Amino acid sequence: MNALARHRRHPAAIALLLLLGLIVTGTAYSALAPKAATAAVATADQVTEGHQLFLTNCATCHGTGALGTDKGPNLAGVGAAAVDFQMNTGRMPMAGPGVQAPRNVVTYTQEQISAIAAYVASLAPGPAVPDAALTSGENGNAGTGGMIFRTNCSMCHNSAFAGGALTRGKYAPKLHEMDGKIIYEAMLTGPQSMPVFNDTNLSPQAKADVIAYLKSMHEEGNPGGMALGSLGPVPEGLVAWIFGLGLLIGGAYWLGQKGA
Amino acid sequence: MSSEAMDNARAADRLREGDRARQAPPSAGAKKLGGMVGWVDDRLGPAKGVNYLMKKVFPDHWSFMLGEIAMYSMIICLLTGVFLTFWFVPSASHVPYDGSYLPLKGVHMSEAYASSLNISFDIKGGLLIRQMHHWAALMFIVALSAHMLRVFFTGAFRKPRELNWIIGCVLSMLALVEGFAGYSLPDDLLSGTGIRAAQGFMLSAPVIGSYLAYIVFGGDFPGEAIIPRLYGVHVLLLPALLIGLFTAHIVMVAVQKHTQYPGPGRTNENVVGFPVMPVYAAKAGGFFFIVFGFTALLASLVQINSIWVYGPYDPSAVTAGSQPDWYMGFADGALRLFPGWFEFTVFGYTLSLNVAIGALMLIPVMYGIMAAYPFIEAWVTGDKREHHLLDRPRNQPTRTALGVAALTFYGVLMFAAGNDIMAIKLHMSINDITYFFRVAVFVLPVIAFWVTRRIALSLQRADRNLVLHGRETGRIVRTGEGRFFEAHEPLDEFSRWKLVGFERQAPLELTAGTDAHGVANQSAKHAKLRQRLSRFYFGHHVDPVTPTELAAAHHDGPAHEAIGAGEGAHAGAH
Repeated sequence: MNALARHRRHPAAIALLLLLGLIVTGTAYSALAPKAATAAVATADQVTEGHQLFLTNCATCHGTGALGTDKGPNLAGVGAAAVDFQMNTGRMPMAGPGVQAPRNVVTYTQEQISAIAAYVASLAPGPAVPDAALTSGENGNAGTGGMIFRTNCSMCHNSAFAGGALTRGKYAPKLHEMDGKIIYEAMLTGPQSMPVFNDTNLSPQAKADVIAYLKSMHEEGNPGGMALGSLGPVPEGLVAWIFGLGLLIGGAYWLGQKGA
Repeated sequence: MSSEAMDNARAADRLREGDRARQAPPSAGAKKLGGMVGWVDDRLGPAKGVNYLMKKVFPDHWSFMLGEIAMYSMIICLLTGVFLTFWFVPSASHVPYDGSYLPLKGVHMSEAYASSLNISFDIKGGLLIRQMHHWAALMFIVALSAHMLRVFFTGAFRKPRELNWIIGCVLSMLALVEGFAGYSLPDDLLSGTGIRAAQGFMLSAPVIGSYLAYIVFGGDFPGEAIIPRLYGVHVLLLPALLIGLFTAHIVMVAVQKHTQYPGPGRTNENVVGFPVMPVYAAKAGGFFFIVFGFTALLASLVQINSIWVYGPYDPSAVTAGSQPDWYMGFADGALRLFPGWFEFTVFGYTLSLNVAIGALMLIPVMYGIMAAYPFIEAWVTGDKREHHLLDRPRNQPTRTALGVAALTFYGVLMFAAGNDIMAIKLHMSINDITYFFRVAVFVLPVIAFWVTRRIALSLQRADRNLVLHGRETGRIVRTGEGRFFEAHEPLDEFSRWKLVGFERQAPLELTAGTDAHGVANQSAKHAKLRQRLSRFYFGHHVDPVTPTELAAAHHDGPAHEAIGAGEGAHAGAH
C-alpha cells in the first residue's frame, strides 16, 4: 500500500495504467465478444471425410446437400456446436421417427463427429464448438448460475434437473449429464424444443455460471435420504399412501391380533 | 340369576364368615390411592372420572385404529413443530445466504427461506425433524382420510353420530388448510409458486376477488405480509382449532360409545370389547410408539421437500413438476382439467370461472356434500333409529357404490394433478392424458358405481349361498342307489351370524297422493322424489337368509337347491 502510494505520481504511472487498461479491455473483449461463427480448425480433408460420413449416415433425412427434407431440417447454419451436441448425446442419427429424438448410445468416435461437424459448419456460418475454458464450469459463480437457471431453465428441466413434460409427448430431458461442453452447446444451439440462448441473451460468462451451478449441485449431493427421483410432492404422496398407510395398517392389524 | 349362581354366591359368602369387619377409610380416595395420587384425589377428585374412563370398553378391530394413526401423526406434528419454531424466522425481509450449503452461498433470499436452510443444514437434527414434521403431516391427512372412508363405508355416521361426522369433515378440511399453510412457509420456489397460485384463486372469486387478495396479502403479490400471517395461522390459529375440534370429536366417541362390527353377542345396546386399562392403554400406547418410530424411520430414509434444490422463491421463476402436497392435488387437478375458455366478461368485468370452479368452489362444495350425506341418507331411507352396529359394506350396496363413485371422482382429479409427471415417466403426451382425464372424471365414477354395486350384490349372494348350502368340501359322496353329490359342510353358528345378521332392505312404499276423503296430500310431491331415491337405494337388494329358509335348505338335503337367491329387483330401479 505504501509503495503504491509513493509511486502513484511517477511519470510512468499514467502510461502503465493506460497499458493495463488496454490489456484488460482487450482480453475481456476477446473473451466476451461474439465469436466469428466458424469451425475453428477445419481442414479440407476433414470436410471431405465429414461429407462422406454425412452422405452415409445423415442424408436420408437431411438430404444429400444437408438442406433438409420433409423428414429432417435444413442444417445450413446450425453450426458445428449443434452437430457436436446432437451426435455426442446419441440423439443423431435418430433411431426412429418420433416427436423428439431421445438420448441414445453414442456410436461414433469424436473424430467422426468432428468431421461431420466441420462439413456442416462449412455449409454456412453457425456457432462453433465452445472452448474448454468456458465449459469447465470452474470460472463460473454457482450462486449466480442458480438464479439464471431458476429464471430460464427450471420451468422445463425442473429445479432438481429431473426433467419435465412439454406438449404432445415432447419433454425436457433430465440434466444428469454433467459434461459442461454438452450443456453449453445445448444452450448455444437450442436443440429440439429448447429455446436458443445465444451469446447476446445469455453471455458466455452466464453460461459458465449455469454450468458451475449444475456442477456444484452435483458435488454437494442431496441429503435427506432417497430423493424419489426428485419429482416433488407426487412421489411423496404415493409413498405416504402406499408405504406409510400400508405399514401402519399392518401395525394396527398386528396389534389387533394380540389378545387382551 | 339362575339358582346355580345363587348357590355360588352363598358359597362365597360362607368363605368370608370369619373375616374382620372393614373400617371405613377417611376418604373414598385414600382407600385405594395412597401417596401423591391420593393427595391429588382428595383435593381435585379425579379418581371417579379416571376410573370411569379406565373401565370404558372399546371394541377391537384394526380398522378402528386408523383414526389413532391420524391422532398420533398430529401429535408428532405438534412436537416436531415446536422444535422448528425455535429456529424458523417467519419474515420476508431479504438477507444474503451465509450458511453451509455451497450452491446457494451469497444468494439473496428471504429470512424464512434462509432459516429453513439453516434448520436443514446447520442445526443438529434439524433436517430429520423437518422431514419428520412433513411426513407426519402427510400421514396425518392420509390416516384421517382412511379413517373417514372406514366411517363412511361401515355406516358409522348414522344417528346418533351425525354431529361427530360433521366435526370430522371440518377437521379434515382444516387439516388441508393447515397443511397448505405449512407447505407455503419455507418460501422456496415450490412454496412460493403455491402461494402465487393461491393468490390467483382468490383473485378468481367473483366480485370480491381483488379485495380478498389485497386483504390477505396486505397489498399486491407477494409483499412482505403473507409469510408472517401464514405463520400465525399455521402455528396458532389452526392448531388451536384442530385440537379443540379433535377433543370434541374424541369426547363424543366416549360419550356415544364406539360402534362395533356385527357378530355373535354384539347388539345395538352393548359394546363388546376390552377395557381401556390395561388393554387399550397398552395397545394404544404401543401403537403411538409404532407410529412415531415409523415416522422417524421414514424421515431418515426418504427425502421430503428438498427446499435447497428448489432454491429461493422469485416471482419470475418457476420449476417443472410444481405440485401441491397430495391432499391439495384434487383441487390442482380440477384446475388443470378445466378448459381455459370457461371465462366470461360480464359488464366489463372478467368472470374467471375456469379457475374459480376447480380451485375455489370445489373444496367447500365437496365438504358440504360430505357433511350433508348422513342427513340425505336418513331422509331417503326414512331410517330415524340409532345405529351402533356397523354395516358390512356389501350389505349396503348403494351406499358403498356411491362412496366408491365419489372416491373415483376424487381420485381422477388427484391423479390429474400429476399429469406432467405421468407424461414424462410413462412417455405419453400430456395433452392426451389431460383429454383422457377430462372424460374419465365424468365416466369413471358412473362405471365405478355400477361395478361396485354389482360386486356388492354378488358378494351378498355368495354369502347367502354359503349360509344355505354350507362350505363345499370337495368330497364326492356316492349313495347306496348310486347317486353322486358333493358333501357340503354347514357353517357353525358364529360364522353364520356374521352372514345373516343384517336387516332386510326394501324401498319405501309411496303413500297415496290423496287421503281417504279425497284431499290431496301436501307432501305427496316430496314423497314421490323420496320414493324414487329410495328405489335407487334399495331397488336392488339381496335379503339375508331367514331361519325358515335355512331350515328348508337343510331339510331339502344336500342335493337339492330349492331356495332362490332372495334377490328383489323393483320396477323403476336401475
